[in-house]
Amino acid sequence: MNLPVAGTPVPDPESLLQQLFAGQYTLTQRDPDFFCGSGQSAGQTVQFIGTAGATEVGVDLVLRMAAAILQTLRAHPGRTLLLLLDTQGQRLRRRDELLGLNAYMAHLAKCVEMARAQGHGVLSLVYGQAVSGGYLTSGMMADAAYALAQAEIKVMNLPAMARITRIALERLQSLAAQSPVFSPGADNYHAMGHLAQIWHDELAAHLAAAVLQVGAAQAQGDRRMLLGMERGGRQQAWNVAQAVATHD
Amino acid sequence: MRKSYFEASARERLLGILDADSFHEFLPPDARCTSPHLAALDQPLAFDDGVAVGSARLAGRPVLVAAQEGRFLGGAIGEVHGAKIAGLIARAHAAAHQEAGGYAAVILLLDSGGVRLHEANAGLLAVSEIIRALLAARVDGVRFLGLIGGSSGCFGGTGLIARCCDALVMSEEGRLAMSGPEVIETVRGVEEFDARDRALVWRVTGGKHRYLLGEVDAFVADDTAAFRAAAIGLLDHPAGLTLADVEREHARLQQRWQRFGDCDDGLQIWERLGVADATQVALLDTDAFRRLADAVRTAP
Repeated sequence: MNLPVAGTPVPDPESLLQQLFAGQYTLTQRDPDFFCGSGQSAGQTVQFIGTAGATEVGVDLVLRMAAAILQTLRAHPGRTLLLLLDTQGQRLRRRDELLGLNAYMAHLAKCVEMARAQGHGVLSLVYGQAVSGGYLTSGMMADAAYALAQAEIKVMNLPAMARITRIALERLQSLAAQSPVFSPGADNYHAMGHLAQIWHDELAAHLAAAVLQVGAAQAQGDRRMLLGMERGGRQQAWNVAQAVATHD
Repeated sequence: MRKSYFEASARERLLGILDADSFHEFLPPDARCTSPHLAALDQPLAFDDGVAVGSARLAGRPVLVAAQEGRFLGGAIGEVHGAKIAGLIARAHAAAHQEAGGYAAVILLLDSGGVRLHEANAGLLAVSEIIRALLAARVDGVRFLGLIGGSSGCFGGTGLIARCCDALVMSEEGRLAMSGPEVIETVRGVEEFDARDRALVWRVTGGKHRYLLGEVDAFVADDTAAFRAAAIGLLDHPAGLTLADVEREHARLQQRWQRFGDCDDGLQIWERLGVADATQVALLDTDAFRRLADAVRTAP
């Protein structure tokens, strides 16, 4: 398995879209923290919705993302959705919590589920960071999730984790080398079954293949527990879920 | 006599909420279904990994149920804990396709700070799998009821799972949010959110605020029997999830954002809702509060 390419800069949305769609794309909205539009891949039109600048995901951004998904369902039935993510996680503000940030984020997951129910394939790509709540109800809801090699996916960095769990940082660092279960990294999320693939280069070719395969991925349903077991990164989840689902 | 839901353990809550002797547990403690990750970090284990799941009856009707133990690692979701809930949802979904008609509801007794940091990636993945499975089951008509009133609250991934349910029951003592006040204070400072100001924490995350905001279907006293009665009352709550439902919710959330987006304290929102004296809300007992709230709030 390839290791993340440390130090590789996060591409800006335009440069990412240029690579993904070989120049064949149109931006319909471009804010500092959000963008959407459509592009051509594998002979199809793909609707992309993205976060930018490692933004925090608060109530305002969630509403724009949800609106863009619902607009796609109304205006372009069946079109494949591509969620492009660079986010430092949920917005940590009292005002957002007061409004019910969890409700807004859950609503975003419902929009993705509705897209699926209406026959839209849903793909996601982490091209920068993807942290915890900022990723959960968007990219993690996709039929197939991908990440660039330099992407960082995590719940929390190890120093913060050490502080909260009161476990020595050195201990966490040495265990992180042996287990994918708690330390940041796209590779860990691949080993645990979440990522379908990590993309290093030739992004247009990877995206075209993903667009052609998304229907099959959707038909198979959520196979991440099984993949995690097969890849050795998550040994228990599949068996436990099966035992509960089929228990007498 | 009133039995506190807040103070009870997960298993005591199951006893108080479900029909007598009806709980049939899947992977009970004697199956020793524990976390494979905690031992390496010298953490204690629980033989149910902090959640009891099974089938039962409620008012005579078949239900599936999961109860999180808030006293074990804050009820947090790890690989096994999460897989038990995901398996339960898969079971409900499969039963819905059978001719026998399936379960009246899946009842989630939520008491959890969210993802378990000791197995953070596995926990995050599990939450995403639970949400995806839950919403897919809802599209096919499986009904999910969430109960919130435990000592660890309902935060992070668990707060997301809660708001994916068809209906929620909550007590004043319950707390429902994404990030906990302590996390916000640590990152943004005490001026942003003073986590030790309990009154403020309750005005932002507590049951009365969430009920007034229209996040919760039933507001109950901190009494296990009251939670049971409310859950029974919601067994015929409309089930299913359609595009029209999601569009309606979008409009509702947008409206809330327009109306209250400049507020940073529950008191401001309650006043704008039309509560005459917002400072009195905290003092009202359950019935008086419900009367006041039902006159001004928009139900979910």
